[in-house]
Amino acid sequence: MQLTRLALGLAGAASVMAPLAFSAPAQAQNEQFVPALVYRTGAYAPNGIPFANGRKDYFALLNARDGGINGVKIVYEECETGYATDRGVECYERLKGKGPTGAAAFSPLSTGITFALTEKAPGDKIPLLTMGYGRADSVDGSVFQWNFPLTGSYWDAANILMQHIARQAGGADKLKGKRLALVYHDSPYGKEPIPVLEEASKRLGFRFDAMPVTHPGVEQKSTWLQIRQNRPDWVFLWGWGVMNSTSIKEAVAVNYPREKMFGVWWSGAEPDVLPAGDGAKGYYSLALHVAGSVAPVHKDMVTHVYDKGQGAGKKEEIGEVLYNRGLMDALFVSEAIRTAMGRFGNKPMTGEQVRWGFENLNLTAERIKQLGYEGLAQPIRVSCQDHAGVHSARVQQWDGKKWNFVSDVYRANQDLLRPMIKESAEKYAKEKNIKAGCVS
Amino acid sequence: MAFFFEVVLGGLLAGVLYSLVALGFVLIFKASGVFNFAQGAMVLFAALTLVRLTEWVPFWLAFPITCAVMIVLAFIIERIVLRPLVNQEGIILFMATLGIAFFLEGFGQTIWGSDIYTLNLGIPKDPAFIMEWLFDGGLLVDKLDLFAAAVAGALVVALALFFQKTRIGLALRAVADDHQAAQSIGVPLNYIWLVVWSAAGIVALVAGMVWGAKLGVQFSIALVALKALPVLILGGFTSVPGAIIGGLIIGMGEKISEVYLGPVFGGGIENWFAYMLALIFLLFRPQGLFGDRIIERV
Repeated sequence: MQLTRLALGLAGAASVMAPLAFSAPAQAQNEQFVPALVYRTGAYAPNGIPFANGRKDYFALLNARDGGINGVKIVYEECETGYATDRGVECYERLKGKGPTGAAAFSPLSTGITFALTEKAPGDKIPLLTMGYGRADSVDGSVFQWNFPLTGSYWDAANILMQHIARQAGGADKLKGKRLALVYHDSPYGKEPIPVLEEASKRLGFRFDAMPVTHPGVEQKSTWLQIRQNRPDWVFLWGWGVMNSTSIKEAVAVNYPREKMFGVWWSGAEPDVLPAGDGAKGYYSLALHVAGSVAPVHKDMVTHVYDKGQGAGKKEEIGEVLYNRGLMDALFVSEAIRTAMGRFGNKPMTGEQVRWGFENLNLTAERIKQLGYEGLAQPIRVSCQDHAGVHSARVQQWDGKKWNFVSDVYRANQDLLRPMIKESAEKYAKEKNIKAGCVS
Repeated sequence: MAFFFEVVLGGLLAGVLYSLVALGFVLIFKASGVFNFAQGAMVLFAALTLVRLTEWVPFWLAFPITCAVMIVLAFIIERIVLRPLVNQEGIILFMATLGIAFFLEGFGQTIWGSDIYTLNLGIPKDPAFIMEWLFDGGLLVDKLDLFAAAVAGALVVALALFFQKTRIGLALRAVADDHQAAQSIGVPLNYIWLVVWSAAGIVALVAGMVWGAKLGVQFSIALVALKALPVLILGGFTSVPGAIIGGLIIGMGEKISEVYLGPVFGGGIENWFAYMLALIFLLFRPQGLFGDRIIERV
């Protein structure tokens, strides 16, 4: 009797579970897998967390508010890299094949990981979004077909900072005889602007000192004693994580004016200045976008994600610089997928299709407004010739409480940079035996 | 010339900061022969506990609570990790501390968070200038570094008194000299380990406070332990004064090398130069400057 009941029970359970068992893969077929390489622990976590939160929240918003992208739900999975290149590659290998069509795109948020994945992405046919970081020469899409350094490279950043200090000095000719120091993270990231600054030094006749700081950047006394000794007219800061706040504190300790310090856009977020307290007042940095909770997308985030208890971080952290950058990164990935769907149909896209989406991305001011990013993102148009899409930034200054724009939008001088990009990309193509050309 | 003295002074004061971390290593090695790889993680854990507690209670209360947390942590480590490994090889105990390090780093960040937390000890951050009568414009000194030097000095005096003038200190020295002999005359080894790990925990808290005030309390202060390693190699693993003198030599050596040799090598040499300096010392004095020379009968 008991056996009969057991058999009946099992049969009943099987009949209930069977449709679920078959529907689960069917449902999964309409899911777009988006991987995330994040660092929520380790030395760079204070900067990695807000970026990861912004990115994760935007995909959660798309699912909650719009039901995904054109009816295709986003499945999002994070993998912790700790900002280490080896772990980044391991995460990439673990996530690249997930989902019905594999990973849509990777955003490594590390120039070191980007360098490593640049070798792998073409073989796996997965695009790399390196928004405001990565290899400067990857702007050339005919060689770096799978890299998309959207919004600009470090060469753009260095050029824009040079434009700004030239304007402050009263003209580029006034830089002759002056002295510029670059305090940089001793990694592929920190070394990126050196060729542009060396070229500018030769062309404009100022003295340039490159001063490396070893990972993670907690000990900079000797660097700043040299700055105190040499008294450069300007210091450019190419740091990340604790290195940034330590640099500002050391500048205070050697009495170097913060008004002469200019950080790249990765050295201009709240975790970079808040630990230095009032000492950070007057410090400048580049800005890829506005800081603060200013766009309609921020309000949507509160309504659809945070008020439902699904936010990745704290509600009051919405709008922080790196949170906004995470939002931007997620916007570009999602709009590349949407662009690809416009051509290939409303279904999960493969990495190859998303690559096409990136290369044909065209976010006009009107489209940005529709997406709720008005006041946050700037129009961008990507092409094979220009995988960055836009090469501009503004300068912001920390007033002790918040960042304020202090300049108009600068556009990096492409007449100057393009030949350098071409030369470097051609060299890379030759080394790696890549046949340059645009993919249709 | 003034610049050279500034570099030397800056190096000496930075060295004191390394010594603060090295002291914790020395305490445990001296009393138990264990190289505690988790000392850096303990610095991070203690500082995180303190800084997050100050969000709820005043500093004067947060400090003793954190001391209590470090003592409880020492108790747990002694019970769960060390006691089952009594009489095991040193390398096994070392590997166990490696596990403690990874656990504490993750556990600390899980409980207290991974952001940068500001720890304000009320120390002025503006630079001070000394010896203006001798050098034009004076020599620049970081007031926080001066504070750290004072703290390190006080800590050394306290530890010296603890080791030399108390019964527990006497027992610690007995255990340090010979575990088995100490046990045979009734010195309770487990209790001594608890005391010494508690003391190392409180030293870690003091180091975490100073480094936290300097950098903000965040994960990177766990990596400061790497700065303490060449200090230990140089000063000896069993000497409290050695940790201080070693710190001063390493701090000064790495700053001078970075400033004067750095440009030759493209800069960024101070990290590896400290280890190189320590290794050169090892060639001539394997036990370090003040370490005990190990003589074994075979």
